[in-house]
Amino acid sequence: MDNSEKRPETRNSNELRIAFIGNPNCGKTTLFNAYTGANLKVANWPGVTVEKKEGSYKFQGHDFKLIDLPGIYSLTSYTMEERVSRMCILSDEVDVIIDVTDASALERNMYLTMQLIELGKPVVMALNMMDIVEERGMEIDLHRMQEMLGIPVIPVSARKKTGLESLMHAALHHKDMSARHRIEHHHKVGENAELHQEYALVYSDKIEAEIARLSAELKAEYPNMQNPRWHAIKYLEGDADVMKDHPLPSEGKLNDSRESAMINEKYDFIEEVIGEVLVNKDEKSALTDKVDRLLTHRIWGIPIFLCIMAAVFALTFTLGDWLKGYFEMALESFSGAVSNLFAAIHAGDLITSLIVDGIIAGVGGILTFLPNIVILFFALAILEDSGYMSRVAYVMDGLMGSIGLSGRAFIPMLLGFGCTVPAVMASRALEDKRDRLKTIFVTPFMSCSARLPVYVLLSQMFFGKWAGIAAFSMYLIGLIMAIVVAKIVSKCTKKYEAHTLLIELPEYKTPNAHTIFIYVWDKIKDYLTKAGTTIFLASILLWFLLNFGMTGLVEDMSQSFAAMIAKFIEPIMRPTGLGYWQIIVALISGIAAKEVVVSSMSVLFGIGNIASAEGMAALSGALGAAGFGAANAYAMMIFVLLYIPCAATIATIRRESGSTKFTLGTVAMQLGTAWIMSAVVYNVIMLFI
Amino acid sequence: MTLRSIAIGEQCRVGSISLRHDTAKRLEMLGLTDGTLLTLLNKKKNGAVIVKVRGTRFAFGREIADGIEVTHG
Repeated sequence: MDNSEKRPETRNSNELRIAFIGNPNCGKTTLFNAYTGANLKVANWPGVTVEKKEGSYKFQGHDFKLIDLPGIYSLTSYTMEERVSRMCILSDEVDVIIDVTDASALERNMYLTMQLIELGKPVVMALNMMDIVEERGMEIDLHRMQEMLGIPVIPVSARKKTGLESLMHAALHHKDMSARHRIEHHHKVGENAELHQEYALVYSDKIEAEIARLSAELKAEYPNMQNPRWHAIKYLEGDADVMKDHPLPSEGKLNDSRESAMINEKYDFIEEVIGEVLVNKDEKSALTDKVDRLLTHRIWGIPIFLCIMAAVFALTFTLGDWLKGYFEMALESFSGAVSNLFAAIHAGDLITSLIVDGIIAGVGGILTFLPNIVILFFALAILEDSGYMSRVAYVMDGLMGSIGLSGRAFIPMLLGFGCTVPAVMASRALEDKRDRLKTIFVTPFMSCSARLPVYVLLSQMFFGKWAGIAAFSMYLIGLIMAIVVAKIVSKCTKKYEAHTLLIELPEYKTPNAHTIFIYVWDKIKDYLTKAGTTIFLASILLWFLLNFGMTGLVEDMSQSFAAMIAKFIEPIMRPTGLGYWQIIVALISGIAAKEVVVSSMSVLFGIGNIASAEGMAALSGALGAAGFGAANAYAMMIFVLLYIPCAATIATIRRESGSTKFTLGTVAMQLGTAWIMSAVVYNVIMLFI
Repeated sequence: MTLRSIAIGEQCRVGSISLRHDTAKRLEMLGLTDGTLLTLLNKKKNGAVIVKVRGTRFAFGREIADGIEVTHG
C-alpha cells in the first residue's frame, strides 16, 4: 500500500515527506512550528484559495519535508479544505501522515484518525496536550491504544517541545506498513473474524457485506486500485468525488447512503477505545467553563469584548507612541548624517534631494510606526491563541445576525484591524459564497494598521489632548460603516438561507510565546518588505512626479506633473474639505499602500522627520497657512478610513472573489462612501465653528 | 423538544436532526450522533447556544440549535 516505489527520481531519495493533519485547535500548527521554526514556505494550493505551508527538518541524518495541512474535522469532500487535504495525503507527495490529536478532546479528534487509518497509508498519531491531560488527573493507556488502533501513538507536547524526536523517529520507522502493530480487540467478532485482525475498525456484518461486494466490483473495474476497501467505504458514504473519479457500471447501486450508520459505528468504536484506554475520565475542565460564564455572558459578553478592544487600542497608542519617539530620534540623526555626508562629498542637489527628501523621508517615516503595528498584531495574536477569538463569534452572533451574517463573519472583520489582506483571506472560513462576498465587501472598512500612521499624524497635529479619542473614533466609524453597508446589502439582495454559526470553542490556554512570535514576526516581515518595495518605489515615483513637470526639472512643485493631475480633481474634492492639490496627491499615492499618505505628505511639504514634534509643527503651519484646519483634518481621516483599499487588498479581493466586476464594485462603493461621509462630516463641523 | 428549551447546565440526548443534508452530516461527524449526551453550557436571546458534546464545546447559531431535537438525558 505504500507507494514509495513510484516516487519521481528527481527527488532526494533520503527525504521523507510528512503531512501534518488534525482538527482545528489541536495544536497542529504549534507542533509544526516547533520543528520548522519561522522558516516556512507559504503558498496556496494550486487552483484553490487554501494556504499550503511547507518546512524542512533534519533528524539522525535524514531530511524531512513537512507539510502543514488545513485543520479539518473529517475527510469528506464537503469543504475545500477537506478536499485539498485528502488529495494531498492520497498523492505520492506524502510518505507518512502524522495525525495530531488533542488528548484532552480525544473522543472527537479520533473521528479523523479512524478515517486516516482507513486510507491505508502509514499513519502515526501525535497525542498532543498530554500535559493538560495529566494536570486534570487523567491517564491514557498508550500501549492499549496502539493495540486497538494498530498505529504508533506518541505522546508529545507542542508547547513544551517534548516528544518531538520520538515522533520523527516513529514516522521514520513506520514509513513502510510492514512495521505495523498487531491489532487486538476484546469485542465479539461476528462473521468477519479475519477482518478484525487486519483492520482496526470493522463495521457491522451488513455494512461489511456491502463493502466486500463493492470492493470486488471496484477491483474488477480498476485492477490497479491501491485501496479498494477505502473506495468502497467512500462509495457507501455517498462521496461524490470518489464516485465521479471511479465510476462503476452498477453505479454502486444503493437505495440510500449508509453515511449516518457508518458515522455512528465509527463513534461506537471510538467510545469502545476511549472506554478501555482513558483512566479517570471524570475531567476537571471547570476553569474554561467558569471563564466562559463571564466572557460569553448574555449581557456582559459584548461590553467585555468592547473593553478588551479598547484596551488593545489604548496599548497600541500609548506604549506604541512612546517607543515611536526613539525610532524618530534614530531616523532624525540618520537623515542628518546622510545629508552631511552628501554635502561633504559634494554630491549634486538632485541626488541629495532624491535620497534625503524622497527615499529616507518616505521609507523612514513609515518605519517609525513599526512599534504601533507590532503591538497591535501582538495583541491580536494573543486573542487568537488564547482561544478568545472564537468566543467573539458567539458574542457577536446576535448583532451579525441582524445584518444577515453569522457571528463567524466577525472574525475576518476583527482581523481587519490588523491588516485587510489576511482579513479578506480569513473570510474563506465561511462556507457560503454569498456570505463570503458580503464579508469581503465590508471588511476594508475595518481600519487596518496601515491607516494608523495617518490618524496619529493628523490627530496629534490638530486635536491636542483629544488626539487619542479622535484616532479611536476612526475604528468605531469604520465598524459602524461596515455594519450599515452590510445591512443595506442584506436589504437589497434576495433572501437566502444564511449559513448559521457553527464554531468550536477551544479550552482557554496561556498563549504560546513561540506561536505568537512567529505570527508577529511574519507580519513585521510583511511590513518591512512593503517598506522596502512598494513604499520605496512609490516614494521615488512620487519624488519624480513632484520634481518634474512639462518643462523638465521644476523649482516650484505646483508646476509638477503631480500637481497638474491633482488640480484636475480638485473641484470634485472641494465639498469634502480636501480640495488641496498636495492632499489629493497624497491620497492618490495612498492607493499603493495607505502608509504612503504620510510619507507623501512629508515629501510634498519637504519635511524630513514628519512624525517628530518639529516636523508636525512645520506641517501644521504649512497646512494652516492654506486654510486647512481641524475640520479638514477630521474629514481627511474619514476619507482615508473609507476610500479605495490599498493595491494589495484590491488584488486579494480579486483573487478571493474570482470576479473583476465584484472587485471594481467594491472599490467604487468605497470611494463613493468615503466622499459622501467626509463631505457630510466636514460640512457639519463647519456649521459649528 | 428543541435544544433551546433546555436550561443552562442541564444535559439531554440528541434525537432527530432536521437540517439541510450537509449541515446535518457535519454535525454527525462532529459527534452529534443519535443518542449522544449533550450539556447546554449557555444560550442567548437570539437563539444561539453553547453546548458540550464528547468533551468539546461548540457554539451553534439559532437555525442549527432549532434543528436539533433532544430528549431528557
